[in-house]
Amino acid sequence: MSRKISYVQAFNEAVRQEMRADETVFCAGEDIGGFGGVFQTYAGLQEEFGEERVVDTPISEQAIIGLGVGAAATGSRPIVDIMFMDFICVAFDQIVNQAAKMKYMFGGSATVPLTITTGGGGGLSAAAQHSQSLEALICHIPGLKVVHPSNPYDMKGLMTACIREDNPTIMIKHKRLLGMQGEVPEEPYMIPLGTAATLREGADVTVVAWGRMVNEAFDVAEKLAEDGIDVEVIDPRTLQPLDSETIVESVRKTNRAVIVHEAVRFAGLGAEVAAQIQEEAFDYLDAPVARVAAPFSPVPFTPALEQHYQPSAARIEQAIRDIVARPGA
Amino acid sequence: MELSTDVLTDMHRRMVRIRLFEEAAGKLAEAAKLPGFLHLYVGQEAVASGVCTALTDQDQITSTHRGHGHLVAKGGEFKPMMAELMGKATGYNKGKGGSMHISNLDVGMLGANGIVGAGAPIAVGAGFGNKLKGNGNVAAAFFGDGSTNIGAFHEAANMACALKLPVLFICENNEYGEFTARDKTMAITDIVDRAAGYGMPGVIVDGMDVVAIHEATIEAKNRAVRGEGPSLIEAKTYRFYNHHGVQNLGLKYRTDDEVAEWKQRDPIFTFEDRMIDAGTATRDDFDGVWAELRADIDEAIQFAEDSPVPDVDQLLVDVYTEMPAGATS
Repeated sequence: MSRKISYVQAFNEAVRQEMRADETVFCAGEDIGGFGGVFQTYAGLQEEFGEERVVDTPISEQAIIGLGVGAAATGSRPIVDIMFMDFICVAFDQIVNQAAKMKYMFGGSATVPLTITTGGGGGLSAAAQHSQSLEALICHIPGLKVVHPSNPYDMKGLMTACIREDNPTIMIKHKRLLGMQGEVPEEPYMIPLGTAATLREGADVTVVAWGRMVNEAFDVAEKLAEDGIDVEVIDPRTLQPLDSETIVESVRKTNRAVIVHEAVRFAGLGAEVAAQIQEEAFDYLDAPVARVAAPFSPVPFTPALEQHYQPSAARIEQAIRDIVARPGA
Repeated sequence: MELSTDVLTDMHRRMVRIRLFEEAAGKLAEAAKLPGFLHLYVGQEAVASGVCTALTDQDQITSTHRGHGHLVAKGGEFKPMMAELMGKATGYNKGKGGSMHISNLDVGMLGANGIVGAGAPIAVGAGFGNKLKGNGNVAAAFFGDGSTNIGAFHEAANMACALKLPVLFICENNEYGEFTARDKTMAITDIVDRAAGYGMPGVIVDGMDVVAIHEATIEAKNRAVRGEGPSLIEAKTYRFYNHHGVQNLGLKYRTDDEVAEWKQRDPIFTFEDRMIDAGTATRDDFDGVWAELRADIDEAIQFAEDSPVPDVDQLLVDVYTEMPAGATS
């Protein structure tokens, strides 16, 4: 495995291969056809599969999700794109009340193999309505599955799994990882939804992070190793269902945990992870579970402020050092 | 258009089935035998029956929170419907949907819906799937006058027209959005005025005349199947009971005289009179239909009352479609 492609190319390849393999798969969204999507994630697909299967839609997020729900419930396998994650708010009824609940409300008779793709995360001076990390909102909804890959290999494997999944899934593409290069096999493969990756084994502290923060945390861990701090880094990859077992097992080993995410700290998904750790590994903990996250404000525009808003390597490093410095039991 | 006696008999039968089901449900609700909310379709029977006699089992419909009539008209059976209203395991939705989410995908009924306007985008999705598969089926969205004030309707109408999808928009204008008169919530009298804004034909029909509705639906369906896109049918109709529950007179938001006037135009009785006058059927014929279907309803009530409630172990079943082992690995 030596071929390197980008995060965007990995996404695109997964969609292309699944569309070749399964004629019920189609894509719809704003600007994804002729233009290839604002992040070029759908580039070249309309050329290969035509306007019938790669559809440029009106700027109508409710109808885009509804298009996916209705088509999925009647035998197609749609991939629908919501350009920026912030815009899921415009379509929240169709996501939360329709797509997520149809199977349960209908007593199991409905199957909704719908994949929603969307661009999340900040760091581009895109300001408060184009930068959010809203994973906590959607992970709270029974019936949805949520993935957020941190690298090209996981992107292809998770996207393939999402398309083949018989439940509504939301694929969050991180906007700052689009150009990230990595080794990706050419043949189709799946990463099972709900399985975390342990990127780095360590004995002193467990760091749980997702999206772009995984890569920040990994770099910090490498640096701390030089100071003799042995950090285990876990990327859940799927946020719903969460691979709690891998996280809890790790904390039982390291006895300390730091959670890092880009979303606002209050009621962020880190709170759920911390709660699960204290429920399942309380007796193993040598320190409180720490969280590194965004403060309780909208995402600011100016780089001068946004760089302080997003968790930085320095903040992650400090949090890990503080937790490791606490005296053990 | 000259309709055959079979079609006329079928229309009548569907209307009577709706009326009997709804009157029975109302009585059960008064006797506190039905949990939850109940939105009765009585008065509007001609709309669902006229539309659905123009559709096949493979054509799909989306519905509203006043959805029992749509399901009955689309071929829903009394027993699993009554059981669903009672929250029993033998219901169409295994007791997990109830009145507001009742559905049966086997007859193309994609669910009553507790969210006003939400069915329209789902019908667009079903229509898209039909077009992609080239199966010649159409999807009809039922919605009320009130739901044409919500964004989902407008997004769905625009998208369906832009993509020329085989979708029928069926507006049941019963003059009240819940407890508020239509003229207080919109500055137009006819919902059909909205059709031109999306580039689709719109037609007003007498919502108490099942034949007129049927004929308009046939024309709209033919147009959709020819690939010419959606149509809007506005059926002027009236609900004889309150927004929910079984009260019909003494309501603050409409007069008893108005109710009495509309009841003079009862869609079933006026249809029967016309058929008798035309010599197509006799009073005895109709009496026989009512008697036969009354017996069916009594049997369905008994079935539902005798049916078990779901076991508590069903609480977490069907939140997700279980993926076969290895399917996502």
